[in-house]
Amino acid sequence: MQGSVLYNLGFAAVVCVVCAIVVSSAAVSLRDRQQVNRTLDMQRNVLVTAGFATPDERPTPEEIATRFADFRQVVIELETGNETDIDPTSFNPRLAEADPDWSRPAPSNNAGLTRVVTHTLVYEVRDDDGALDLVVLPVHGLGLWGMLYGFIALDADLETIRGLTYYEHKETPGLGGEVDNPRWKSLWNGRKAFGPDGEPAISVARGLAGPPDEDPFRVDGLAGATMTSRGVTNMMRFWLAGHGFGAYLDRLRRGDG
Amino acid sequence: MAKPRDVLIDPLFNNNPIALQVLGICSALAVTTQMDTAFVMSAAVIFVTMSSSFFVSALRNLIPTNIRIIVQLTIIASLVIVVDQILQAYLFEISKQLSVFVGLIITNCIIMGRAEAYAMQNPPTMSIVDGFGNGLGYGAILMATAFVRELFGSGSVFGATVFPLAAEGGWYTPNGLMVLPPGAFFIIGFLIWALRVWKPNQVEDD
Repeated sequence: MQGSVLYNLGFAAVVCVVCAIVVSSAAVSLRDRQQVNRTLDMQRNVLVTAGFATPDERPTPEEIATRFADFRQVVIELETGNETDIDPTSFNPRLAEADPDWSRPAPSNNAGLTRVVTHTLVYEVRDDDGALDLVVLPVHGLGLWGMLYGFIALDADLETIRGLTYYEHKETPGLGGEVDNPRWKSLWNGRKAFGPDGEPAISVARGLAGPPDEDPFRVDGLAGATMTSRGVTNMMRFWLAGHGFGAYLDRLRRGDG
Repeated sequence: MAKPRDVLIDPLFNNNPIALQVLGICSALAVTTQMDTAFVMSAAVIFVTMSSSFFVSALRNLIPTNIRIIVQLTIIASLVIVVDQILQAYLFEISKQLSVFVGLIITNCIIMGRAEAYAMQNPPTMSIVDGFGNGLGYGAILMATAFVRELFGSGSVFGATVFPLAAEGGWYTPNGLMVLPPGAFFIIGFLIWALRVWKPNQVEDD
């Protein structure tokens, strides 16, 4: 009996079915919880970028929900900068980038992007009169080993940087991996994203940069991580300009919406 | 028949899966920059070796010999996916840091090694003990390596500052080698050396 082809096939089939049931029931029963974790994690990153939470803080889900209530999530069309009525809670920019219906081949760029989304999710904070207080924009681009994903927060003048966060990267720990070091990230606060000509001017320096009021367009370089530093500069150049959030920021500057 | 105590203790020092058999090195290099990730990784591996040894042992008289490896692998892979799903649901921060390495427990030779070398010939309870001991042996090396790497690479233990870093106003300049994978190679090498000085019978013949 044992050792016959039929027995082997039958045994394999039973093992496969049992294992499949175990794996899929674990995946299905835990899916909601995992989704909640992912959403909370993203919201926490937005809060940290905007300065509504400190990087070391581990706010409870309730605290995140309370603080995040000030944020308005909007799906915008990048080309026109206009708001759309797409439901922001169901829109995933990361998935959109791989979907031909929601993305197009990237124009020539130094940020290592091969496709660019047509729509993306931004976060706005407005006061009671509807005047803009700050806006948080998602950015990503190639570092040394892979894509860096983060957010940048701009002040109401749409020029001064309120914060920067990288929440996912593959850079070398201790070198390029310092992009997620809170001390380095805090160096961005108060610097100017755009030069006098209105083009993105912020860059990561080689070596040290001065204090924000003297040296507003440069941030300290990451020691031993030239490629990562360059990647950060390039992604800012891309996302803050015409093919990125250019149209959206222009619309906000004109003050409509 | 070996005594349960020996089955449990042997893999810690006398027959350590990493130090003597040199298995599971890949993940030992990857997850030992911090102690908390090393701890969760050790716990995950202990759980998987215990349960995979148990299931393989319980089925050992039913598993057809010519497809036994793939059956063991199916059981191990299923357990690892379940562990990964649980971590993503309940320990999200750490699961993000462990990223692909939880999934790679499937390819950790220690687990399949124990299923094939021990659980296929021994009853379930002893197999659990054997799986636990080997997981613990793996975990012990992981924790020792992570302790050295985190202390000298980041000046902390389990995330709590021990040496205040120069960059944050303290006196300690971290050793960058410790946070890179080669740092783990050196430490594991030294651990193996120390263990073989203590137990010369582990030294391989030339």
